[in-house]
Amino acid sequence: MSRRTVAELSRSLAKGEFSSTELTRDYLARIRAHNALYNAYITVTEDLALAQAAAADARRARGEHGPLTGIPLAHKDIFCIQDVLTTCGSKMLANFVAPYNATVVERFNAAGTVTLGKTNMDEFAMGSSNETSYFGPVRNPWDPERVPGGSSGGSAAAVAADLCAMATGTDTGGSIRQPAAFCGITGFKPSYGRISRWGMIAFASSLDQAGPICKSAEDAALMMNVMAGPDSRDSTCVDSAAPNYMTSLNDPLKGLRIGVPKQHLAKGLGAEVEAALQAALKVFEGLGATVKEVDLPNNHLSVSAYYVIAPAEASANLSRFDGVRYGYRCANPANLEDMYKRSRSEGFGNEVKRRIMVGTYALSAGYYDAYYIKAQQIRRLIKQDFDKAFQEVDVIIGPTTPHTAFKVGEKNDDPVTMYLEDIYTIGVNLAGLPGISIPAGSAKAPNGKPLPIGIQLVGNDFAEARVLNIAHQFQQHTDWHLQRPEV
Amino acid sequence: MVWETVIGLEVHVQLATKSKLFSGSSTTFGAAPNTQAGVYDLAMPGTLPVLNEQALRMAVKFGLAVDAEIGRRSVFDRKNYFYPDLPKGYQVSQLQFPTVGKGSLQITLEDGSEKVIGITRAHLEEDAGKSLHEDFEGLSGIDLNRAGTALLEIVSEPELRSAKEAVAYLKKLHSIIRYLGISDGNMAQGSMRCDANVSVRKLGATEFGTRTEIKNINSFRFVEKAILHEAQRQIDIIEDGGRIIQETRLYDDDRDETRSMRSKEVANDYRYFPEPDLLPIVIDEAYIESVRAELPELSIAKRARFVSQYGLSDYDAGVLSSSREMADYFEEVVKICGDAKLSANWVTGDLQALLNKSDLEIEQSPVSTQRLGALIGRIKDQTISSKIAKTVFEALLGNTHSVDEIIESQGLKQVTDTGAIEQLVDEVIAANPEQVAQFRAGKDKVFAFFIGQAMKASKGKANPEQLNALLQQKLKA
Amino acid sequence: MALERSDVEKIAHLARLHIDAAEAQEVAGRISSILALIDQMQSIDTHDVAPLAHPFDAIQRLRKDEVTEVDQREYLQKIAPATQDGLYLVPKVIE
Repeated sequence: MSRRTVAELSRSLAKGEFSSTELTRDYLARIRAHNALYNAYITVTEDLALAQAAAADARRARGEHGPLTGIPLAHKDIFCIQDVLTTCGSKMLANFVAPYNATVVERFNAAGTVTLGKTNMDEFAMGSSNETSYFGPVRNPWDPERVPGGSSGGSAAAVAADLCAMATGTDTGGSIRQPAAFCGITGFKPSYGRISRWGMIAFASSLDQAGPICKSAEDAALMMNVMAGPDSRDSTCVDSAAPNYMTSLNDPLKGLRIGVPKQHLAKGLGAEVEAALQAALKVFEGLGATVKEVDLPNNHLSVSAYYVIAPAEASANLSRFDGVRYGYRCANPANLEDMYKRSRSEGFGNEVKRRIMVGTYALSAGYYDAYYIKAQQIRRLIKQDFDKAFQEVDVIIGPTTPHTAFKVGEKNDDPVTMYLEDIYTIGVNLAGLPGISIPAGSAKAPNGKPLPIGIQLVGNDFAEARVLNIAHQFQQHTDWHLQRPEV
Repeated sequence: MVWETVIGLEVHVQLATKSKLFSGSSTTFGAAPNTQAGVYDLAMPGTLPVLNEQALRMAVKFGLAVDAEIGRRSVFDRKNYFYPDLPKGYQVSQLQFPTVGKGSLQITLEDGSEKVIGITRAHLEEDAGKSLHEDFEGLSGIDLNRAGTALLEIVSEPELRSAKEAVAYLKKLHSIIRYLGISDGNMAQGSMRCDANVSVRKLGATEFGTRTEIKNINSFRFVEKAILHEAQRQIDIIEDGGRIIQETRLYDDDRDETRSMRSKEVANDYRYFPEPDLLPIVIDEAYIESVRAELPELSIAKRARFVSQYGLSDYDAGVLSSSREMADYFEEVVKICGDAKLSANWVTGDLQALLNKSDLEIEQSPVSTQRLGALIGRIKDQTISSKIAKTVFEALLGNTHSVDEIIESQGLKQVTDTGAIEQLVDEVIAANPEQVAQFRAGKDKVFAFFIGQAMKASKGKANPEQLNALLQQKLKA
Repeated sequence: MALERSDVEKIAHLARLHIDAAEAQEVAGRISSILALIDQMQSIDTHDVAPLAHPFDAIQRLRKDEVTEVDQREYLQKIAPATQDGLYLVPKVIE
């Protein structure tokens, strides 16, 4: 039963084919059997899960359930869950039991979902391979020699290996979409402001956005119906109510105008990924869509601008980790400055320290204009490029990543080559747009194992419903999203 | 050599909001440590700020009161530095786009002349917590109750030229924030704190000298002493051929000196950038007008009204409008007794003298508006004379008897019975034949002698007008 | 732009990070390569482009001035490294 989509599980629970408790036990057994290999979970909340499953079954018996009541999920370990260890993948928070709930967690709790645990992630969401976690790397269920992507790699691997029915993720520069592509599943980053950030540990505040990681666009719509909506505790969250994302899933695609950025088809794109993209475009044309080339002339600067803006915001966001009120404090500090410096140096990993240093440098006296202001200007140009493209097309489709999942350790020597792998996803965060990665093909690894390929669909501001509709229609006519790794 | 002191003040005013600038934690003063520090104030990971509407309104109110430009689009920034009383490792403040822009304040100097002091800006920001150094064996204890409380930082132009001017400016500011009700301005509790930028230059010079910043000044008196001391320190250094180092100094009121704060010297690079957890505040004309409509009458307008409505002298009107409490007291007394001039004389005269003597503010006055009003009422209806009223006023202190009870029990009522006064007059005339002769010979001045004698005989209680008339009549007879 | 070791030390101090003398050179190299990536931004002229600080084009929402938090000191200090008498303890703060 654990290998089905959320939509299927919801129907089975409704029909009484099995209970949430049975389903939860099944997932817990799978976690026990397979987590040692994949390292997808940092914390498994078995007691909480069984209690929530029992409560969900009781709710269903009373007829007070919604579509997600009793569905087991995993939360990325970036979301605070009250009285549950919340580490953000860092030694700094290895002992941090959160004193409050994230809004996303509260909303899922209210919907009656079952929390299986907290998933592994790159430390403070800084990474594209899940290798920066203090709790060790996550393995890709399609090929455990390879990375699952990052930073939401634990969530992606858990969904791909059926160690949960669905998972939450966060995306600052591609952290939902890239692992979804590497793990052959569906990952959706909504528009900035669509989902509350309250209780989501900040990496880069103007870029971070929570979203669903699951097996289909339909599942993403079900999750969005719970996650999206206003929150008085987040000033940057939209005030207006979210629509029902399920109602428009089956809208026809006839007349849909698809734009393909010519920059995304240029040098650097792997041949297998390009072939999968072209095949997917043919599918859309078959559904009545037209395809044209669009121009995103400044996209090549998105990675550069991002590596100023994200580290700058992060350098301030991570200043609160000082060993005073919670989290790691070094042993026997000689004085105040020693406490700060050693607690932070011992508590943070190398990638996090690098980014804090880059951000600190970019904001420091004498460099602010050349780096920070310049990056914000490029950010505007990137946003304007998207605005212009959306005057001509309804959706922009391209690859999610240039290549399929790489091997653990393969790109550790030079952080910059890893950063450049996010070239197709980062601009979408800078512009605050909704983007989904869906499986659209497969490549063969040298060892013969199939490696999934993802394509990315980007919509205009707050066009989540349309993006989910287009992705769902593709999934109604293809079966890439139904393929599962052998676990 | 004649030196001139150049001073600019940065005044931090704690706004009188119930909750903090960005969180719903209470701001009550004096609570047990860390009982008013919620998850945002403690910078728990994942927490976010939402702006307190009342804090914004108070800032705009202040801006309107000092004729300032109101920032139509103000932006919060993060000011980054590490300190244990700053939980997030950055203070949310406003750098480039403050809510209140350029304005001005008129102060009255000692010689009675007026001077306009420019206000550079006033911006909203979070207060920090407190570090406590005693009782922890080499450690410090951190209390974050105050962390996140709304502050308005009011920055003046370097246009103050003496310690006395600085105090006058500060007192005026204090009066305005109390008039507006945006802060209690209690310096002892830290709701109003002052940093002074001080430099000296030769009189007539146009360039500013190197300045130092004195922090931690927490009373009007200390402001004056700290500036005087610092200016003298700088003059001494320059006259000895030395140079002033730009630095932050701390005023120590126990020793009456300033000393260098070396710990703050290390490379201050605050790395300000726009706070991405907050969006720009946009203020439109309608908002400004709604705040303007709530503005109380401020001292300048009140002073003018006191002159026109009550016929007071400009001086009295100025004294009575100097604080909202004083003005309110005065107007309540007028309402009770119906005589503005008498009220003004009493409030600025006997009452003020009494308050000065006991070092009290008018809101602590031992004589309530009801009792003073009743007293003046009795002068007005001639129950007692002005002179006797002073006796009654003294008698009001230290008990709760009403004015009428005191007049009654001490037999202070004015004598208005014509028969009784006539008898007094007859007695005085009979006892002083020599003076009667002088008066009748044309020496008018002797008349005052008779008034004095008669008043003395009546123990001051005779109605002066009646006495006057009767004496005139009998002496001329 | 390439960073010197002294730059690294200055930034590390601002960020309150301790960098060993042994690692400073390597850190300088890695950060310099990131700065080289960043410097690609300088290839285009942006002098007339307004900076975009935030993708969400909206204005700040206001909160009613109400006390909504209750005292949770005991609970919130359970996760603190060191407290006494309700205060957070740190090495002596020198002013």
